Amino acid sequence: MLVSQQKPFEEILGYLEGEGKVFLVGCNGCAEACHTGGRAQVLEMKAKLEAAGKQITGLTVLDFLCDKALVKVGLMPYERQIREADSMLVMTCGVGVQAVAASVNKATHPACNTISMGGARGEWRGAERCAECGDCLLHYTGGICPLTACSKGLINGQCGGSKNRKCEVEPTVRDCGWVLIYERLKAIGRLDKMRQTIPPKAYGKMQPPPAYRSTTFWALEQEETKKEGSA
Amino acid sequence: MSLRDKFAAGKFVVTSELGPPKGVDVAAMLEEGERLKSRVDALNVTDQQSAVMRLGSLAVCRLLVERGIEPIFQLTCRDRNRIALQSDLLSAYALGIENVLCLTGDHVVMGDHLDAKPVFDLDSVSLLQAAMLLQNGHDLAGKELSGVPKFFLGAVVTPGAEPLEPQIIKLEKKVKAGAQFIQTQAVYEPQKLEEFMKMVAHLHVPIMVGIVLLKSAGMARFMNRNVAGVHVPEHLIEEMDNAPNRVKKSIEIAARLIREMKDMCQGVHIMPIGWEKHVPAVLDSAGL
Repeated sequence: MLVSQQKPFEEILGYLEGEGKVFLVGCNGCAEACHTGGRAQVLEMKAKLEAAGKQITGLTVLDFLCDKALVKVGLMPYERQIREADSMLVMTCGVGVQAVAASVNKATHPACNTISMGGARGEWRGAERCAECGDCLLHYTGGICPLTACSKGLINGQCGGSKNRKCEVEPTVRDCGWVLIYERLKAIGRLDKMRQTIPPKAYGKMQPPPAYRSTTFWALEQEETKKEGSA
Repeated sequence: MSLRDKFAAGKFVVTSELGPPKGVDVAAMLEEGERLKSRVDALNVTDQQSAVMRLGSLAVCRLLVERGIEPIFQLTCRDRNRIALQSDLLSAYALGIENVLCLTGDHVVMGDHLDAKPVFDLDSVSLLQAAMLLQNGHDLAGKELSGVPKFFLGAVVTPGAEPLEPQIIKLEKKVKAGAQFIQTQAVYEPQKLEEFMKMVAHLHVPIMVGIVLLKSAGMARFMNRNVAGVHVPEHLIEEMDNAPNRVKKSIEIAARLIREMKDMCQGVHIMPIGWEKHVPAVLDSAGL
């Protein structure tokens, strides 16, 4: 279970500043179970955004947004509505947001914070993409996570160790995460995001309190432990 | 006159650097410091450069203060979280150290303790912000300080980075966060520095061009292959290759580069990498 929690609505509205038309994406997997990005929450978000003066060009709730191959195929029928939109708002874990960003040539905003991956990494395998930091930064970084893409987890831009687009930590295999972020932001016309200074991360959010985990298997395990204890 | 005052007065500022030893035998390092004392405006003290564990930068900075040498305390985010970084900034001020060069720091895998936990709690931008906050009487948690420090804050940039724009964007953030002077990674192509200076003119911050003394053609080739943002052009490598006396040639090249770039920027930072004893000859030859 990839546990997510919706960001405050004001934060989401801030992301959408200057963007009148938005396409919404939800997920029938973990986000539905967490009540953050299932159909009900996506429709609720649509109503709230419309009340705030936004136009929703379309929406879809896919199965397994954490599987990039499925996302590409799943979004195909909505090509026109997506093209019409200024940006995408994705109501899932960080893997889902990154899968959408990698599939669509549009600014892609996270509507949720990922507070725990609950032992899973999603279905888009091959790389660790979400650091379950509890305070998603993907809005600022073109849908590429700086915590996992940069070997130092830097959040304000590249260090001096980027050579030939590679990270000097593993120069043969590892791309410089900040070159990827820079190129992506440049491609979608959002380099201004890179100029914003991100305050120090609240690393305390990486250790979510039990209450945030209680909607998940964690709660079941607690129940089982209790039963075992009393038996 | 402090480093801050010299920049303010429009003086062309000269700095070099000392690397603390692995161990506590500081005699040789301090001797180099004494030799450079009358020739430079300040000396950087590296903070466990290349992630190799060494005697601390803060302690060596204090040793320099005691000898009348103005230090620049290099402080990296690699080994300290925000608590330790802020504490070391306060410690620096309490020890009479005002100049702090705020750096991200090389990753631990570049050094000699490969299994160490890399910290990077703050980055170079937020470290500058933290220092500014302390100067204004509060820490990152918003708590009030009793007694307020004052710093002259520096930062770095790589003019030879490819692509260059992400470096410039980050430099803009550093200046906005409080950087008051900039030292660059080594530059061997005056034309590149000229182009770079045009791109950052809007920042109105003094920039010191970095010079790494070339010890051999092999070293130049090694840097071209391995060191990010450093490019030694082929004609300089050939010059080194054909030189009967490597030291003489190295001094000549460094002095020539300084003369060619002097009018483009506000200072020079010489990184001798073990050749500290040749720095005075470079400065003589460059007319500084």
